[in-house]
Amino acid sequence: MSAPEREFVTARIGGQLVGIPIARAREVFSPQAITPVPAAGKDIAGVLNLRGRIVTMIDLRSHFAMPAYADGALAIGVDEGGDSYGLMVDALDEVRRLATEDIQENPVNLDEPLRRVSAGVCKVEDELLVVLDVDRILKTGDIASEERTGAAAPADE
Amino acid sequence: MLCCVKALSVMDDLLREFLTETSENLDTVDVELVRFEQEPNNAAILGNIFRLVHTIKGTCGFLNLPRLEALTHAAEALMDRFRNGMPVRADAVSLVLATLDRVKDLLEELERNKAEPAGDDDDLISRLHAMVAEDGAAPARAATSAGTLVYQVLERPLRPGEATLDELERAFRETPGPAPRSSAPKSSTSSPSAPRSSAPPAARERQPADLAPPGPAVADRDAPDKASADQVKRSIRVQLDTLEHLMTMVSELVLTRNQLLEIDARHGISEFRSPLQQLSNATAALQDGIMKTRMQPISTAWQKLPRIVRDLSTELGKHIELEMQGGDTELDRQVLDVIRDPLLHMVRNSADHGIELPAERVAAGKPECGIIRLSAYHEGGQIVIEICDDGRGLDAGRIRARVLAGGLASEDDLSTLSDAQVYSFIFAAGFSTASQVTHLSGRGVGMDVVRNNIDRIGGTIDVRSVAARGTSIVIKIPLTLAIMPALIVSGAGGRYAVPQVAVRELIRVREKGDQRIERLRSAGVLRVENKLLPLLPLSELLGQDAAESHGSDLIVVMQSGQDSFGIIVDDVVQTAEIVVKPVSRRLRHIHAFSGMTILGDGAVIMIIDPNNAARVLGVTSKAQNAMPAAGVADQDESGRSRESLLLFRAGPGQIKAVPVSLVARLEEIDVSQLEPAECGWLLRHRDRLVPVRAANEHVALRGSGLQPVLMFADGDRALGLMIDEIVDIVEDRLDIEIAASQPGTVGSAIVAGCATDILDIGHHFQSVFPDWCAKAAGSAATRPQVLLVDDAAFFRDMLKPVIQAAGFEVVVASSAAGALDLIGRGGRLDVVIADTEMPGMDGFQLCAALRGAAATAHLSFIGLSARISEDIVRRGREAGFDDFVAKFDRSGLIAALKEQTAGEHAA
Repeated sequence: MSAPEREFVTARIGGQLVGIPIARAREVFSPQAITPVPAAGKDIAGVLNLRGRIVTMIDLRSHFAMPAYADGALAIGVDEGGDSYGLMVDALDEVRRLATEDIQENPVNLDEPLRRVSAGVCKVEDELLVVLDVDRILKTGDIASEERTGAAAPADE
Repeated sequence: MLCCVKALSVMDDLLREFLTETSENLDTVDVELVRFEQEPNNAAILGNIFRLVHTIKGTCGFLNLPRLEALTHAAEALMDRFRNGMPVRADAVSLVLATLDRVKDLLEELERNKAEPAGDDDDLISRLHAMVAEDGAAPARAATSAGTLVYQVLERPLRPGEATLDELERAFRETPGPAPRSSAPKSSTSSPSAPRSSAPPAARERQPADLAPPGPAVADRDAPDKASADQVKRSIRVQLDTLEHLMTMVSELVLTRNQLLEIDARHGISEFRSPLQQLSNATAALQDGIMKTRMQPISTAWQKLPRIVRDLSTELGKHIELEMQGGDTELDRQVLDVIRDPLLHMVRNSADHGIELPAERVAAGKPECGIIRLSAYHEGGQIVIEICDDGRGLDAGRIRARVLAGGLASEDDLSTLSDAQVYSFIFAAGFSTASQVTHLSGRGVGMDVVRNNIDRIGGTIDVRSVAARGTSIVIKIPLTLAIMPALIVSGAGGRYAVPQVAVRELIRVREKGDQRIERLRSAGVLRVENKLLPLLPLSELLGQDAAESHGSDLIVVMQSGQDSFGIIVDDVVQTAEIVVKPVSRRLRHIHAFSGMTILGDGAVIMIIDPNNAARVLGVTSKAQNAMPAAGVADQDESGRSRESLLLFRAGPGQIKAVPVSLVARLEEIDVSQLEPAECGWLLRHRDRLVPVRAANEHVALRGSGLQPVLMFADGDRALGLMIDEIVDIVEDRLDIEIAASQPGTVGSAIVAGCATDILDIGHHFQSVFPDWCAKAAGSAATRPQVLLVDDAAFFRDMLKPVIQAAGFEVVVASSAAGALDLIGRGGRLDVVIADTEMPGMDGFQLCAALRGAAATAHLSFIGLSARISEDIVRRGREAGFDDFVAKFDRSGLIAALKEQTAGEHAA
């Protein structure tokens, strides 16, 4: 069903405007006490306890080739297959309505890490907004694991 | 269709309940039928079966399911014949089973389409009737079974079959056992047709005619109601979802309780303490209670097996008996679901590949009937399930060939593995030895899936086998998955949970102390009793850089399957009951963790997977490359085992090795503490002077600093051997291939893929303590005498020193004739070891000859052979061998020698 317009939760990561379909966003929260998970790959900030649920925190900055979050990040909560995740951003922006026809293909000069998680770009006012492909962000773990060569990698069986 | 005038939803409910209940009943009937076949005189079993089939039939009638009713009616008729004394033939039972299978199929259709499929079952029904007719029964019954069924509305159309069941139960209860059969007139045929009319008075009237006292039949009318009512009280059906929901709620409660306890521990508000304690107790009790609802007896998973084994026996033309022990052992429902199929698969394997054909078995001296035994029991927080058979065992040779053909391991790697270790390959992906794919057990792909499934729930699976004797597979699974006791440890910069069930003990080590981590080049080890425990720092397990040691480390000794190992952590923070939550999908690729949990203080921590830790260690230990690390108990019947070997450098040339079991300690001695002496040096150690000598003349004494010294002890004598450098500790078989030419070395062997010299400790002890040899093993006169017979000089020269070093006196003969000659000349002899393949008289004949003569019949005889096969073992047994050892298996030979001479020197 291609509605002419869709609503997006938008946020900023290192100044870059990004958007997530509002239907995917479950909540917004301020991450506290993230426990790092070793061997998880650099886009996983860790896990935390959100009102009794374990949420896996994904550091979106890693896709933007920026240093990882230290403090003060916000997170957009999304669910997938029974698991809870939090996508960490710098700050939240407005909820915007975007016309589907305005969302265009990724430009060829889009950086690789960004390209992996981008579902398209859209011109908003004077900026470019990157529409995030939430499914790909949540699945990227498999690609990341191939790049790792730690002792925690699966033994031959 | 009078009885179908009901609200649609009510009908649906009824149908659903009918399906559930009937499928359960059918499962029970399956089992009972197989039992009945084995105990055809057991009226109780027959009564059970009859009653169940009858219930099904009655219900089918009530719900207007003509096909099903006709089928069950025909089956019931046949079984009634059994009740009346018809001989229970295998084909009759098979037919009933086939009928029930058809019923199951129909039920499946029913479930899918809410209606019986069109068609009829004349094929089965006619066969059933034919069998009944054979017995000479009145065919009157037969005519009423097909098509034209008349329904009568029950007075109280509440529960399907209720009234009739009561009547029948009562009636059957009064059946006095075998007696009615012998005296039963043919007129008893009226009873099965009675319930069809489903009018209770009619039933009551007719049954007492053939059965016992009609009086009580009337008077006890109320009793069955009560009895069945009691039964209703004992159990109740609950939706699975409801249970899951309860489980989740209780988990939350446990977490919250933990949080409160944590807060109380920190702030300790006294008013809260008492109610909090009560809350804690109540929560624990509730938790226990809920856990019980998850538990089911394993017999639920075993239910279908007797029938399947029976069918398999028939199909394969073998005699197989299935024994089941410990069926009431309970395990978590989730776990049950996981192992149900694997168990089936393994039983099929045993029947198909393990148990031999009857003729083969008899030829091998086994009973014609093969046994597959399933047993289950609780042990240490786990449930242990064993599937054993007394069949032909695993064929190590074929497995090796298959491994090579499949590229699963290199020839070199394979050669370092014992047969017991090779068996583990059956769990490797892409493995199958079935020379043809049989539809019964399929390709070997099953076993790797089995292991994966068991691994995923934190269990282990191992296989043991002895050629020609049988195979046994042992599965160990943690008892519960949801809430488990855990040890919270700190290390690698964070906190982690370790399942308590996998922890054997905790050992604290300090930099300076008796228990030290002995650091070797590639791995840390800890000496525990006489074995070395491989260690892995937690940080390494997690793929991080090694953390700094705090001067005091804690070793968590863990067990996975048969392997023990230790994880080095900083400290234990607490023990806790944790609710295991699955790792989120995004993190599932991290094999180090098996789950996550929230602690009482709200922190999220990861749960370490012990099986993975064992695998990681297995990978870093050189000798286990490319091998399934699920450790296999490497003691088989002849006691062959792998040894821990310490590898070191002493001078240039090959690496040297010595069995770790001989080494008392690894020391690093400050050279300034060594005092020159005649034997080399003297070291003061705990008020004693210990002689130290160089392992060989090439060892370079360092000018200053620490020099590694291997300390050996025999009784109260101690000796230190100075070496250049400790290289590693590996586990490997010790097969000395080339006998040594120089003293000080026993020979050369391939250890961990490299040619290695094996140190002869005896030689060093002898040099330092000239009276050692006599003291070590008693006077020569009491050392057992061994006669070694082999036509190859090479083997004689290689084995003689090895046997001597183990504490035996050895004489050699180069042929069987020469041996007999030697024996004839007199002199004490305890054991004869002979090669089976020699020119002229071979080992078999020699043994037979010795057994034939009174003077030598008592001698222990050990056969040596380059190949061991079923055939050769059999010949050996026939010739009178006491034991059989592979030619290159030095440790096996020593073990066999010790075994044979043990009894004789008990003094």
